[in-house]
Amino acid sequence: MTAILETRGLSAAYGPTRVLQSIDLSVPERGIVTLLGANGAGKTTTLRALCNMMVRVSGEIRFEGRRIDGKATEDIVRLGIGHVPDGRGTLVSLSVEENLRLGAYTRRDARVAQDFELVYGYFPRLKERRRQQAGTLSGGEQQMLAISRALMLRPKLLLLDEPSFGLAPLVVQEIFRILRTINEQEGMSMLLVEQNANIALELANEAYLLETGRIMLSGPAATIGSDESVRRAYLGY
Amino acid sequence: MQAFLHQVLSGFATGGIYASVALALVMIYQSTHHVNFAQGEMATFSTYMAWKMITIGFPYWVAFLLTLLFAFVLGVAIERIIVRPFYKAPVLSVIAVFIGLLLIINSLSGALFDYTIKPFPSPFPSDAWYGGPYLSPHEVGMIFVTFVMLALIFVFFRFTPLGLAMRAAAENPVSSRLCGVRVGWMLALGWGLAGLIGAVAGMMTAPVIYLDPYMMFSVLLYGFAGALLGGIDNPWGAVLGGFIVGVLQNIAGAYLVGTELMVTVALVIIIGILVIKPSGLFGRPIVTRV
Ligand SMILES: Nc1ncnc2c1ncn2[C@@H]1O[C@H](COP(=O)(O)OP(=O)(O)OP(=O)(O)O)[C@@H](O)[C@H]1O
Ligand SMILES: [Mg+2]
Repeated sequence: MTAILETRGLSAAYGPTRVLQSIDLSVPERGIVTLLGANGAGKTTTLRALCNMMVRVSGEIRFEGRRIDGKATEDIVRLGIGHVPDGRGTLVSLSVEENLRLGAYTRRDARVAQDFELVYGYFPRLKERRRQQAGTLSGGEQQMLAISRALMLRPKLLLLDEPSFGLAPLVVQEIFRILRTINEQEGMSMLLVEQNANIALELANEAYLLETGRIMLSGPAATIGSDESVRRAYLGY
Repeated sequence: MQAFLHQVLSGFATGGIYASVALALVMIYQSTHHVNFAQGEMATFSTYMAWKMITIGFPYWVAFLLTLLFAFVLGVAIERIIVRPFYKAPVLSVIAVFIGLLLIINSLSGALFDYTIKPFPSPFPSDAWYGGPYLSPHEVGMIFVTFVMLALIFVFFRFTPLGLAMRAAAENPVSSRLCGVRVGWMLALGWGLAGLIGAVAGMMTAPVIYLDPYMMFSVLLYGFAGALLGGIDNPWGAVLGGFIVGVLQNIAGAYLVGTELMVTVALVIIIGILVIKPSGLFGRPIVTRV
């Protein structure tokens, strides 16, 4: 299987503080990969490094075989990488619909209108509130909005930073079901950072375990999920 | 009563100028969190360009449009070349840059076009049918031009993808980049638009108060007062604030303090708002970002 995203020796630092140490990571075409790790392990930093935002990056990053390291964030996004950021990144003074329109900002194709209906179909709550100021949405609704905004880009690869954060268990189930549908129907590849290792391993094909900025373990999701130490540390049984 | 109505309406006409300047200030404030003290000088310099073109024989409206283009490019260039390197600089350095810019453009106007006061033509003939007992034709035209411009700007920000991207870039650059918005260029465009708005204000004011390098000094003060009154982070509040200041100033000038002390009115408004309600009438409370 060819990789849509591949990193080699990816390191990242905030000022003098090195956070990622030479990470090799690969996301297969149409695959879902999850990146697990404790608080502060560097999961968010990894996603930021891929988009060249807020961190100083070194090492190689390839997207669809071409080097993207060193490119500006907006150019990386335009290649087809959607990012549901840590903290949701809501544009609070814009309406829900304007947030989605911004998600589709770079697109000039005719399917944009259709995609509005698609995401409103996934999250009917957003449709009801489409004229509402996005800053007044609940935390869970803002998370739905963040995912929808990234989907409006129609990315080839979707980076998700803890999409389950702050959501009720039922809503989490729903969102992961939607992510699976999108992956199967649209063939969208995903790199999923999660605290909720159980549900992430269920969705993903492959998993990486990050510990203080290094990859400690990687392999098929099922294998990682049955690893004794992983189960004790991250799955709680 | 008739005199009073006249004062109110003509205050409304000058208020439109303050409203425009207030809008230009707010647009830059929203993306940089600084007040562009050079806004008035940029407008004056653009107005000189218009004056030059008209003097050498360009038809008024051709000169008008070319001046808008010039002011836009000037704004973009100032952002790209002068202001941009200072985005991460301490507050005081940024203020120093803006004041430096003010002084440079001001002396440039003086050096290129000398300091003598120049009359500036109005495109609205003084015997036009739309003049009346309360407003001169120029004042009517000034209100019309201001409204058309404000309406166009409103439509641009509300209904076009570029306008949306500019609002987003000013509010949350990181999220905007993740949507593919070229944030740096959006900020530059904001400066261009602010420059263009200022140029319209300059060309509409010049026939009333004559053209000299210090022409926009008091206008900027009133515009700033209007922006603060309406809320420095709320563009349409600032526009309303500009109109209110224009009317207040005219009434105060006619009935309370006389024309010599009129600039004091602006200062009193500015200090009053900063003391009583720093967020303005329509703004969000200002929270210091750390
Ligand atoms: N802006 C920043 N400046 C300096 N250090 C930072 C910054 N952001 C993160 N760090 C540091 O980098 C390390 C990794 O942080 P990161 O946010 O990537 O962790 P994470 O794995 O996403 O954790 P969590 O599960 O809590 O979200 C942490 O030690 C953190 O303190
Ligand atoms: Mg994180």
